[in-house]
Parts: sequence; C-alpha cells; structure tokens
Amino acid sequence: MKNCEYQQIDPLALGTPASTPTSTQCAKNKSHRPRRKWEVFPGRNRFYCDGRIIVARQCGVLPLTLGLIVVTSVLFFIFDCPFLVTHLTICIPVVAGVLFLFVVITLLQTSFTDPGILPRALPEEVTNTERQIDNSGSVTYRPPPRTKEIIINGEVVKLKYCFTCKMFRPPRTSHCSLCDNCVERFDHHCPWVGNCVGKRNYRFFYTFIVSLSFLTSFILGCVITHLTLRSQGDKGFLQALQESPLVVCFFSIWSTLGLSGFHTYLVASNLTTNEDIKGSWSTKRGEESGNPYSYNGIFRNCCAVLCGPMPPSLIDRRGFLPPDVIPRTVASGSELHPFMAKNDTNMCTQAPKKLLETVAHSSLVHSTCTSATPKTALVTQEFPFNSVSSMLSPSNTTQHPMDKACCQRGNNSKGPPYSLSHSPLICSKVPDVSFVPLLLLC
Amino acid sequence: MAETHSLQDLRQQAAIASKVFVQRDYTSGTVCKFQTKFPTELEARIEKQQFEETIQTLNNLYAEAEKLGGKSYLEGCLACLTAYTIFLCMETHYEKVLKKIAKYIQEQNEKVYAPLGLLLTDPIERGLRVVEITIFEDRSIGSR
Repeated sequence: MKNCEYQQIDPLALGTPASTPTSTQCAKNKSHRPRRKWEVFPGRNRFYCDGRIIVARQCGVLPLTLGLIVVTSVLFFIFDCPFLVTHLTICIPVVAGVLFLFVVITLLQTSFTDPGILPRALPEEVTNTERQIDNSGSVTYRPPPRTKEIIINGEVVKLKYCFTCKMFRPPRTSHCSLCDNCVERFDHHCPWVGNCVGKRNYRFFYTFIVSLSFLTSFILGCVITHLTLRSQGDKGFLQALQESPLVVCFFSIWSTLGLSGFHTYLVASNLTTNEDIKGSWSTKRGEESGNPYSYNGIFRNCCAVLCGPMPPSLIDRRGFLPPDVIPRTVASGSELHPFMAKNDTNMCTQAPKKLLETVAHSSLVHSTCTSATPKTALVTQEFPFNSVSSMLSPSNTTQHPMDKACCQRGNNSKGPPYSLSHSPLICSKVPDVSFVPLLLLC
Repeated sequence: MAETHSLQDLRQQAAIASKVFVQRDYTSGTVCKFQTKFPTELEARIEKQQFEETIQTLNNLYAEAEKLGGKSYLEGCLACLTAYTIFLCMETHYEKVLKKIAKYIQEQNEKVYAPLGLLLTDPIERGLRVVEITIFEDRSIGSR
C-alpha cells in the first residue's frame, strides 16, 4: 500500500509502471462511453449537435447580424411587398425571398463551418521538429522566434513556428488569438459571423456579403419605390415602421457594398485580408506580381478561390478517441491535479504555473511532514491548511498576538475554545488560501 | 497481474523503435505535396525507389483531388447556385479521392510496408501535415 502511495505521489518520473495504477483508476473512474474528438478539442471553440456544428467561443454579434437581417426582411415583406405586388410585379417578393434565403443560409454556413483549423502537432512530431531545429540552430533556453524560409514559385516565404500548436505554420496560415487555432488561408476573424474566415468557409463568406449587398440594395430600392409611388398618406407609427427597412438598409448598404467590393478585389488577386493588411505581396514593382499564389489571371483566380474543390475538415470532430489515449483536458487522478501540469501546451502559462506549483508543493510538504493522518495523500483544498494550522498554532509563538486579535473581534475577554485550529487558519493563512483557487483555475 | 500488464506495455514500447515524418513540400504553393527526399532512418529497411514511388503516387492523388478543372468548376458553380447546400447531401470530389488515398495506403501497408516492419499512417489523420512512418523494431508477429 505504501509503495502504491509513493508511486502515486511521484508521478511521471517512473514512466510506464507508475502510470499503470493511475491509468487503471482512470479507466474505472471514466465512463466507458467512447468519447469523440471534439470533446477534447484544445482550441477555444464550442460544439453543438455532437460535433457537427462548430463556432468560436465568443459568438460576437452573430445574433445581432441575424436579427437585423431577419427583422428588416420581415418588415419589408409585411409592409412593402403587398403594395408592390399589386402595383408592380410579383417577382419582387420572389427575388427578395431568394436573396433572403441565400443570405441566411450562407451566413449560417460561414458561422458553423470549420474555417480550416489545423490540428495541433502530436508529441512525437513536436520532438522531431524540435530535434531538427536544435540541429540547425543554437541551443538556448529561450530561442528567438523560429522561422524557416522556403521558396514558393520564385518568392521567398517565411514559415513561422507556432508556439501554441507546436508546428511550423504552412504558408498563408495564421494563428487566430480569439479562437486559439491555426487556420489555413486565414483571412480574418469576423465578429459579425462569430467565426474565423479561412480556407474552408471563405466562399460562404463571400457569397454571404455579396448576396447581402444585393439584398440591401434591393430592399432599399423597393422601399424608395414604394414611398414614391404611394401618395403622401398618413404619418405616424405605422409610417415610421414602414420606413425602418429603409433606414437599416441605407446605413448598412455602404458597409456591405464596400466590403463586397474589397473582397471581390481580394478574390481577383488571390489575396487574403491578412496579407493585404500586412502588405505581404505589395512590391515596389507592381501589385500582383509579388504574389506567388496568384494564377495571374482575374478569371482564373476567381474560379480557384470560389469554385475550387472543397477541402475536407482536418480536425475530425466526430471521430472517436482511441481508447488508449488519455485526453489532455481530463485530469487523470483527481488527487494529483494541482501538480499534473504537463498537459498544458501553452508556453505562456508554464512559467507562472511552475511558480504556483512550487508554492503549493512547499505547503503540502510542510503538512505531510507533520500530519500523521493518511489523508495527506488526498490533496484537497482543506486538508493541507487545516493540518498546517494545527501544526503552527501550538508551536509558533508569533501567531498568538494574531490569535488574540481574532478572538477579541468575536468574543469576550475569555480565550475562545476554537482559537487553536481555526483562527490561525483565518488570520494567518489568508495569503496562502488565495493560491488554492488560482491553482484550481489552472 | 501488474507485472504481465507492464511487460506487455514494454513489449509494445520495444516494438515501436521510432517514427519518421515526411514533411510537406511547399515549393509549388499550398497544394498538398510531400517531400520525396529519402529519410536516412529508412535506408536499412526499404529501397529508395519504392519509397519515392509511394510518395509520388500519394502526391499525384492529392493533386488529382485539388485539381482545378472542368469538373471541379462545375461542382463549385452548382454548389454556389444552391447556396452550398449540396455539400450537405453530396460527397465532394475531394472526399472521393481521399477514400482512394486511404485504400491505396492500406494496400501499400499490406503488400510492401508491413513485411518490412514499417507502417504508413494516412496523412489526413495528421492534418495533412506529415506522412508518418512507424518503424517497428521487433518483428515477433509474423515473419517474412
């Protein structure tokens, strides 16, 4: 029994034999329901319908976008279409209906489709990459940002190393800080659709903004026609309500038309918003000659971007996890989870986490030394501090003035019976208690 | 019981000697293509020509999947006209070729690589980043 406990307290150093008891415990603790890969996805995304739908964690203003479109269109159908159908043609609501459907469907597709997320590198790949980097460069603790230069169609392109995903990013790939994923052919993160726009959903996004600009122009035109055809009638709330599609469309038409125009330019030159903003390919010679991905033809570029083959999703959301893989998000063995920080793949949090661990570990060691109970094997938030307080109160004389101060607050001049174990916990252990919630948050 | 369990683990660990990763070749752009450079770790196991032939075939299959031609344009235009809803019901050309690739890799594993103590992993399982080749040390299961 003692051996088992020591093995459990000393994890990872022993390798396979040590992890056997914990892994069998894991297998018993975990349900035998096979887990899907989306449940352990490391990026900041949310999944619905058992992994079929993926959205960014911050949905941005997607409900607002959807709401504006639906409300404006519904008001248009209710107030303008009857008049226009009788006075003009029935095609008006038909065209508006088709455009509206296009807009909503493509908006939902843009929001709910995987934009081209690259799965993070597996540990063996990381070791292999690190070894190659070490062979080529100097070995320092904090290496400078690692880049690799390659030549694509005669242009020098720098591939950057992503510290979060632990791989060299393919060309045109960028890491989205909001979603915490590397996205292929990263265009931008759009708050209006609540998702990144990348290789896989760029065509949906483009169709969305183009059809939206058509819809807003169409509604604007129809409402103006309606108002001019109608004689100056009664004013009031109904009139104001009828004119609200006009107001919404008037203000949104500039942005939607502008955005559609900008993205048409990007599609024609096979650029992404990211590249355009950074000026990656704007050379001294000319605009498009620097871009190694361009097909040097507007029509070819458009076809390639919009009508090219649809690449598959690389993250395999609905695939099942292999049974021998311990998912990263599961803290294997709850008694050890403040210390099992090895699963963290984000380099930025490792240093402060190590600091917190050493502080917590030192307080735990203190309690294990002094407490005779076997409960110290279980690291819960109460036990170490109770045992520390019981150790400190009889022996540590510096606590006594604080005991007295605590006692005087709530009690009479008599010494309270609880001062031995509780008041030091309250008075002197407050700074240490604050570390515990931080640890648990980690 | 714990001993036999750990022995089995050790045996499994000993069997997998190392893994070789064939990286992507980006010289032609973002198309999916793998480097045909022969890794030194495989020199003792497989012939260079055989390896290059496998990688080249894979590259050709991926090129076929990503080819911009009449068929892909037709598929794209039709999808655009239906607001891309046909992607929900129809299997795309790319997905069909991926199935072909999976079949090819399985075939290669059975006929060529497994007898040599190697195993190819489908690149789609690694996010199309690498072709992972697992080198097995101990060939206790089956023999040539």
